[in-house]
Parts: sequence; C-alpha cells; structure tokens
Amino acid sequence: MKMTKIVRTTADVFYPFCLVFGLYVVIHGHLTPGGGFQGGAVMATGAALLIVAHAYEDITGRIRKTAMKILEAIGLLTFLFAGLSGILFHRPFMANWMAQTGKLFGNTVAHGPNPGDLNTAGLLPLLNVGVGIEVLGGLTVILLYMLSGIKEEKKP
Amino acid sequence: MTPFLLLQALILLGLIVTGALIIAFKDLLAAAIAFAAFSLLLSIEFYILQAPDVAIAEAGIGAGLTTAIFLIAIRGTKRFEEKE
Repeated sequence: MKMTKIVRTTADVFYPFCLVFGLYVVIHGHLTPGGGFQGGAVMATGAALLIVAHAYEDITGRIRKTAMKILEAIGLLTFLFAGLSGILFHRPFMANWMAQTGKLFGNTVAHGPNPGDLNTAGLLPLLNVGVGIEVLGGLTVILLYMLSGIKEEKKP
Repeated sequence: MTPFLLLQALILLGLIVTGALIIAFKDLLAAAIAFAAFSLLLSIEFYILQAPDVAIAEAGIGAGLTTAIFLIAIRGTKRFEEKE
C-alpha cells in the first residue's frame, strides 16, 4: 500500500535535504549543539519519510537492508578503531593524539570568542562520524524490518 | 522576561491540549499526528529552556521517527479503535 502521489513526491524532494542537514549536524558536532546521535537520527528521519511514503516493494531497491547493516557495522568499527588507535602511540584507550598536531583536525583552538574552526578537536569528529553512520544504519534497519513484517492488504 | 513567560505558558497550554487530544481521538492516525505535534511543542520548550541538544534529539526522534513507526504499525493493523 502506498500513499498518494503528493506525499510520495514531497518525500522524494525532501529526502536529500534531510540527509544534508543531518550530515551538517554530524560534521559540526564538536562546535554546535547536536552530534553523532542527533545527526544520525535526522538522517534516519529522512529515510523513514521515504519508507513510510512508498510501498515496500518500491523501497527495497533504494534502501537495502544489507547496505544499512553494513553501514551499522562500519560505524561501530570506526568508533572502536578510532579509540584503539591511541595505543599505537603509547597512549591509553581513547587518547586524543590528533589534537593540536597541525594536521587533520589538528588546529589549536583560538583564544577568546571566535566563530569556531572546523579543523580542531582531534579525534572527536571521527567519533561523531562513526556514531552518525551507526545510528543511521541501525534506525533504518529497525524501520525496514517493521515494514517487512506486516501483511499488506491489496487495495485497488 | 514577560514575553518568555507568556510563550512558555502558551506552549504548556498547547502540551496539555495535545496530550488530551491523543487520549480522546478514536482515529489512531489522528492520534499519531497529535503525538507528533506534542513532540514538536516539547522540543520548542526545551529550546527555550536553553537545552538545544535535547531539542534536536526530541525533534528528530519524537516528531520524526516515532510518528513513522506508528504509521507503519497502523498500516499493519486497524485504523480505528473499537468500542468495548
């Protein structure tokens, strides 16, 4: 059972904007309110909109269960290996070895009130991206399994 | 100070009205939409109380994902509540 053409077109138009806004919240997680979980939830809301508006047979071609499971695994592994990477530099677990090195995410934070620099905070943006990908995959998998379990009645 | 108090009083009134509507509706689709409106008002209240982090989470989870899950559940079962 699918919804009307107005709802489907609105969902199709709204979906990329929702993804972009969720990605913005994830990437700016160490500067502005929000972070990995909130951004991932916003991205999953875009996917949920698409899933609710279309029929199950039409949606499985665009949002696949296996791809979302792989995204969830990739997010968890990113978080784990980003935490473990401090051990290579003889530092403890979750040690922020990337901060203030001048390389990737390594700028020093300016003193006083400033608009904020995206290229700071070391390991934290990597952890945010990992959590965001994981939340997107997990919540979308929940919705897809709920939709695949129900019996669709055939309506003309 | 006074405009914020007035806005907060209006939002709390809206929360009570939407919460009563969720219980009163026999049409479950309308109840789900009323729940989405309740979540949206609650996220505005969180933002006024200077917790923007919680407000984003509430708007994303409460107004977006929970409504989608309820809509899928209504699609799988019946739309109207039965009288006992």
